Amino acid sequence: MTATLVTLALIFAELSLLAFGGGNTILPEMQRQVVDIHHWMTAQEFGALFALAQAAPGPNMMVVPLVGWHVAGFPGVLVTSLAKFGPSSLVTGFALRLWERFKDRPWRRTVQAGLVPVTAGLVTASAIVITHASASSWGTILIAAMVAIATTKTRIHPLLALAAGAVLGLTGIGQP
Amino acid sequence: MDAIPAAQTAKHDAPDVGELFTGFFILGLTGFGGVLPLARHMMVEKRGWLTGAEFTDLLGLCQFLPGGNIINMSVAVGLKFRGIPGAFASILGLIAVPTAVVIGLGVIYGRFADDPVVRHLFGGLAAAAAGLLISTAIKIAWPLRRDVLGLVIGALCVLAIAVFRLPLLPTLLTLAPLSIFLRSRQAS
Repeated sequence: MTATLVTLALIFAELSLLAFGGGNTILPEMQRQVVDIHHWMTAQEFGALFALAQAAPGPNMMVVPLVGWHVAGFPGVLVTSLAKFGPSSLVTGFALRLWERFKDRPWRRTVQAGLVPVTAGLVTASAIVITHASASSWGTILIAAMVAIATTKTRIHPLLALAAGAVLGLTGIGQP
Repeated sequence: MDAIPAAQTAKHDAPDVGELFTGFFILGLTGFGGVLPLARHMMVEKRGWLTGAEFTDLLGLCQFLPGGNIINMSVAVGLKFRGIPGAFASILGLIAVPTAVVIGLGVIYGRFADDPVVRHLFGGLAAAAAGLLISTAIKIAWPLRRDVLGLVIGALCVLAIAVFRLPLLPTLLTLAPLSIFLRSRQAS
């Protein structure tokens, strides 16, 4: 148990410091660690946990305590949350001090412009990995495609799209 | 780390630790789908903790750093007004309710995962969540559509992470500096 908690702490502390561009960029690495390397769950289960986290209120990284809970119960929740939110918060604290000083430096804009395509690529990779795990039958592929089109083309509320997907799923059409 | 001198924010009602907690607590309770617009409403318009310009400036910093924007924002705002206790109050307030809710959902999922009806329900939910993520990726990548350098870097990221399933750390350590270097060449 302790070994599992230490491993969880190390994984999520690393993810914490690598999450440039927000939480969605680290999903593939999180999945690689908990599914491919440590075999704590299947890719489908990871996709389901991600979906639960999206259906809950609050910031979009709530899959983190959920993975902790799935792997190691309440100690897991505590360890993954601390490891995921602690290191990046420390960085924020120190950066806040330096921010005023570097605010108008041209290199800051260059760094920001350089990180944009990396973020775009990582979020696209997340979409591919999560879709691969969660849309495996024609019914679920159809739901994913419809939600993707609806939320791209219209201003439909994300929660409404999730609810519609759940209702469509409930019918069992196109699912094994 | 103590709070930044009050002179910078003297024109506002500086929140105390309790107000920081309740402000972010309500944000965590109500923020479905996207917390950012609500965060601005709460801190700038409703409670007057920050001016619009200060909010945008802090957001710029938080987007630049690793971690979720809004999580970093809660830490930054807490620190700014009340130092370390303020930072703890803000982030704990923000994640308290969402953590309880996801674990509740996780318990339900774990208990009924074998029931075909529940399995179908969560199958649809997971597919919809994947669809949302596709939409987010499209929205983030769309502004780059005429930017050849950006597209090449983005495509390399997708190949490394989604196709070859390479670890994130070496991928980031290679592609991020490369992208920043090429941008600086392009700019000069």
